[in-house]
Amino acid sequence: MPELSYREAVRDALSRAMRKDEDVFIMGEDIAEMGGSMGVTQGMLAEFGPQRVRNTPISEMALAGAAIGAAVQGMRPVAEIMYEDFLTLATEQIVNQAAKHRYMSGGQVTVPVTFRTQGGSGWSPGAQHAQQLEAWFVHIPGLKVVFPSTPTDVRGLLWSSIYDDNPVVFFEHRTLYGIKEEVPEELEPIPLGKARVHREGDDVTVIATGRLVHEALAAATDAENDGVSVEVVDPRTLQPLDEDALIASVKKTNRCVVAHEAVTRMGFGAEVAAIVQHGAFDWLDAPIERVGAKFTPLPFAPVMEEWCVPHAKDVLEAINKTLARNT
Amino acid sequence: MAKVEQKGALSTEELRDFFREMLLIRRFEEKVEERFRAGELPGFLHVAIGQEAVAVGVCRALEDGDVIASTHRAHGHTLAKGTMPNELMAELYGKLEGCSHGYGGSMHLYDVERGNMGANAVVGGGLPQITGMALAFQLRGEPRVAVAFFGDGATNIGTFHEALNLAQLWKVPAVFVLEDNKWAESTPESQHSPIRDLSKRAEAFGMTAIKVDGQDVEEVYKAAKKALDHARSGKGPVFLHAGTYRLVGHYIGDPQVYRSKEEQQDVRQHHDPLTFLRQKLEITDEEFEEMDADVQEVVDASVEFAKNGTDPRPEDAMKNVYA
Repeated sequence: MPELSYREAVRDALSRAMRKDEDVFIMGEDIAEMGGSMGVTQGMLAEFGPQRVRNTPISEMALAGAAIGAAVQGMRPVAEIMYEDFLTLATEQIVNQAAKHRYMSGGQVTVPVTFRTQGGSGWSPGAQHAQQLEAWFVHIPGLKVVFPSTPTDVRGLLWSSIYDDNPVVFFEHRTLYGIKEEVPEELEPIPLGKARVHREGDDVTVIATGRLVHEALAAATDAENDGVSVEVVDPRTLQPLDEDALIASVKKTNRCVVAHEAVTRMGFGAEVAAIVQHGAFDWLDAPIERVGAKFTPLPFAPVMEEWCVPHAKDVLEAINKTLARNT
Repeated sequence: MAKVEQKGALSTEELRDFFREMLLIRRFEEKVEERFRAGELPGFLHVAIGQEAVAVGVCRALEDGDVIASTHRAHGHTLAKGTMPNELMAELYGKLEGCSHGYGGSMHLYDVERGNMGANAVVGGGLPQITGMALAFQLRGEPRVAVAFFGDGATNIGTFHEALNLAQLWKVPAVFVLEDNKWAESTPESQHSPIRDLSKRAEAFGMTAIKVDGQDVEEVYKAAKKALDHARSGKGPVFLHAGTYRLVGHYIGDPQVYRSKEEQQDVRQHHDPLTFLRQKLEITDEEFEEMDADVQEVVDASVEFAKNGTDPRPEDAMKNVYA
């Protein structure tokens, strides 16, 4: 089995789709010669040429809107929004247009577009290059939202996103690009809306996304040393959400922690907590704990940045809290 | 309504057909005003009275397979692009038989089969997508053109500049039709734009701009043909600047406190595209009345059709969110 980094896995999914299908093409800022600000599309210009690997001006409204328009006419474009923060510039097109065409037309229009973007803390980029904004898009009916945390998942889910007939906002986490994993020789599509249990456990369920999946797995190892058995579940797709899998896990463990890097307040974890408490109320032995960033823009100074966003120790603390409440 | 195939001058017969369609739009819009005032129509309604020649002149110049994106003032474009009055009126009444099946309403009219890719209630919202639709045609080598309608107010918004820049950069087959009625809702052009000639905005991107009197349907048709030929032949997008007049308020019921009664009267008297064409074609009173009665019948029938249409079930609201 070949070993691929998360970055290479994204590139592999894009390249395989483009080899298979003339309707798939990619567009974005600096994605051609430079290969993208994170190097994801390196080498693709040479293979596919400038018609299908399209550098755009720094012009998020136009590039998002043009991708939507091409999708409406039957193409399957993948538009790269260089940083999640720049989604703000394309939000009108994504939220008012892509998400609503099918609905407003009474089902006449199909919008098979994928918006890839990346973000996250870790490199001190400051407040305008590190946000985690997935919760905004999960709030919009008509959009699908995907946030993979491993090379295998990112490859299989990107493929499914490209071939989904709905607009998909596809979040990648910057600090995950380098992680490597053995992946199957053939790309195995992963259906949208299926959670993945990364580790089975009996005492607490941690529902985590993105970078926090890895922090949760580290916390689970630490907890195990204290005799606590932790189950780690990654929804992978935030919309549609695999509610059944999350509720089933909590019914088994009776305790739940929700963890993401985005700001805790009004975050994706709040919705997960609501769903879990409703679906597993009689099984819960402790209040659901949430782990996320503090309610502040991301600061520049590394010591402040480090302090604002959650790490494995914060997940562990939350795990222990759910246990302490019951003792 | 036969499609005009020739590219040159129009015959009197063809122009009479254009006149009939403009009259249909006019009477349709007047009926919409009437039914809105009677409390029958929900939603926000913007009628295109005064701008009929732009809609008809441009849409009659299109080929099969060409697509349009419209604006909040969409009834005229929609009828001119071939949607039946019954289907349009049914949409305004929120019925399943409507052209958007009751999910869109006046500001979100779609008729994909006939190439209407949607009216947009966000000013300038459709422009980047027209660039993208034209890109799809270019990538697949299809001889099709994507056409955006928008008003002068839209030339100030970012999507306008970004969409035109990208369209010209990539030389996609698009035509951007500015319906310059000199008003952005209640704000006159002098208050919303520092320049008087809005074509300069397109020329700044290196785009070919064509100016036309938007009240003269024959001129609009000829200019649109020229623009479409240019775009279709791979020479890049065209900015078609049609000077026009909104003979009524921004929305139905707009008291127009921002423009004087004299001006309102002046535009109605001197800038009505129907009056102009009627005189040009020397349509007699008798001929006009016959045509008008015929058109009124179509419009009245559309109201009957709409009123007898099917209400969606409330829970139908959950359909069509995802494909």
